[in-house]
Amino acid sequence: MGDTLALYGHLIAARIRAQLQYRGSFVLETVGHAVVTFLDFVVILVLFANVPRLATWSQPEIALLYGISALAFAITDLMVGQLDWLSNWVRDGTFDQMLLRPRGTLFQIVSSDFQLRRLGKAAQGLVVLVYALSVLPIEWTPLRALLLVATIPVSAVIFISIWVFTICIVFWTVDGKEVANAFSYGGQFFAQFPMNIYDRWLRRFLGYLVPIAFISYFPALYILGKPDPLGLPAALQFAGPLVALVAALAAGRMWRVAVRHYQSAGG
Amino acid sequence: MALIEVENIRKDFVVTRKAGRLRRERSVVHAVDGISFTIERGTIVGYIGPNGAGKSTTVKMLTGILVPSAGRISVDGLVPTEQRIPLARRIGVMFGQRIQLWWDLPLIESFELFRHIYSVKAERYRENLASFRELLELDPFLETPVRQLSLGQRVRGELTAAMLHDPEVLFLDEPTIGLDVVAKQRVREFLLRANRERGVTVLLTTHDLADIERLSSRILIIDHGKLIYDGDVEALKARYGTERVLVVDLEEPGPPLRLEDARVIRTEGLRQWIAFERDRTSAARLVAEVAAQAALRDLTVEEPEIEDVVRRIYRGVAQHAPNV
Repeated sequence: MGDTLALYGHLIAARIRAQLQYRGSFVLETVGHAVVTFLDFVVILVLFANVPRLATWSQPEIALLYGISALAFAITDLMVGQLDWLSNWVRDGTFDQMLLRPRGTLFQIVSSDFQLRRLGKAAQGLVVLVYALSVLPIEWTPLRALLLVATIPVSAVIFISIWVFTICIVFWTVDGKEVANAFSYGGQFFAQFPMNIYDRWLRRFLGYLVPIAFISYFPALYILGKPDPLGLPAALQFAGPLVALVAALAAGRMWRVAVRHYQSAGG
Repeated sequence: MALIEVENIRKDFVVTRKAGRLRRERSVVHAVDGISFTIERGTIVGYIGPNGAGKSTTVKMLTGILVPSAGRISVDGLVPTEQRIPLARRIGVMFGQRIQLWWDLPLIESFELFRHIYSVKAERYRENLASFRELLELDPFLETPVRQLSLGQRVRGELTAAMLHDPEVLFLDEPTIGLDVVAKQRVREFLLRANRERGVTVLLTTHDLADIERLSSRILIIDHGKLIYDGDVEALKARYGTERVLVVDLEEPGPPLRLEDARVIRTEGLRQWIAFERDRTSAARLVAEVAAQAALRDLTVEEPEIEDVVRRIYRGVAQHAPNV
């Protein structure tokens, strides 16, 4: 374990040094990314300014959902955003070399990249989260504080599991990347709003089966001390870690099956 | 027990292609179709065959990349795809057309990363690196980013990376492809020394008959997914590689030459291609015979290409096998 963490450090440091080799391109990309992130932020401000309430949720309450979801997804993107490349690696056979090294393939994907510019996205999520927490009249208890702190990594694990699980489709059909994106990027969008605005079937599928409701909705209910507009058991508000564990196990299992199906490329 | 044991392995790929607007036809391609062989520790074995014969697919099954559709493989006592990670620590792999090194980083940094990935002890790493730096003359470009290396330099870097963790066996897929004569020679020297001094077993695929001649005594030939020859290189040449081609440029165009123990297989303007059997006549006698008939401007002798040898063997197999 210690050895693996040290290796992660070495590999990520190498990736960062590589990015800094192309200084001009790095600066341009970072600036570009910051501009796009800022525009996203403007969209949220406009949205919040015009929608003071959304299905029993006040504007700062929605900002809390948004902040949790954006921050957790930014961490996800920082760690496994390179899954976007997996379909190319599978198509051209680059994935071969991951199978030739004495380390887990998922670990190698996680450690294969670290895009510094994605930190901007995390900062944006953090700003919204801090704003929400500063204006909301939350009655803090140790349990609420603990749940908030735990929710970020737990939700990131859920996002990562969803992404890993769905990206496995590229081992069968190389064009399947868009399907996975619908769940990863789409999931982040879905988690930004309260579950009770969605249609029942959408909620069942994306909220519970793909457990996006556990990312921001359930923990936010507890932190806010808000009665669940859907009237679901309060225990669900603490189920995040368990859901994350199950999701991670399912994703790991799926990944192993998918890798066995890998067909490489060329003669 | 032999280091590598392969028993009746097969690899089928399902290929779908469009047949009409919505309909898709599925067909099964047998990339590897029932191959068996064993390789003893400390040997160098050449694995050859035309493009698409199944060479790379076999190597990918041996190294744990592809799961065989059927059959049994054991490499140093391990089942490749079942025990991929322990196997990866004991094998070194170099695919001539793939890059293992970190493209944007100085070469030495890739070696450092491999040291961590393979958990090579610091002292052993220093010893190995020092030895490869000298053998492969890496020092002039050790600090150069990999993307700026020439192909020859990069291959030397790749070979080092494949050897830093003291593998028991090296799998090389086209290690000399695209290299000039000097660089090829350097790679071959290195492999011979690794085999002799470190006892590394080597399995290499190549299109270059010279690689095989310099390196290995044993050769496996595969075509259409089947093993069609397993034996010594000398025996192979004696049996199939005896036909050489003398290419002559004449001073004036003329009809195909008539020669005693050889035949003209092609003419083009002033140039004629004459095939002859090594054991029936010599190049020198043939040249004299040609010179007696026409004025010679230039000449070269072509050695049989590995593809030709394979084709001849395959034809032989097809002729002898019933039901073909």
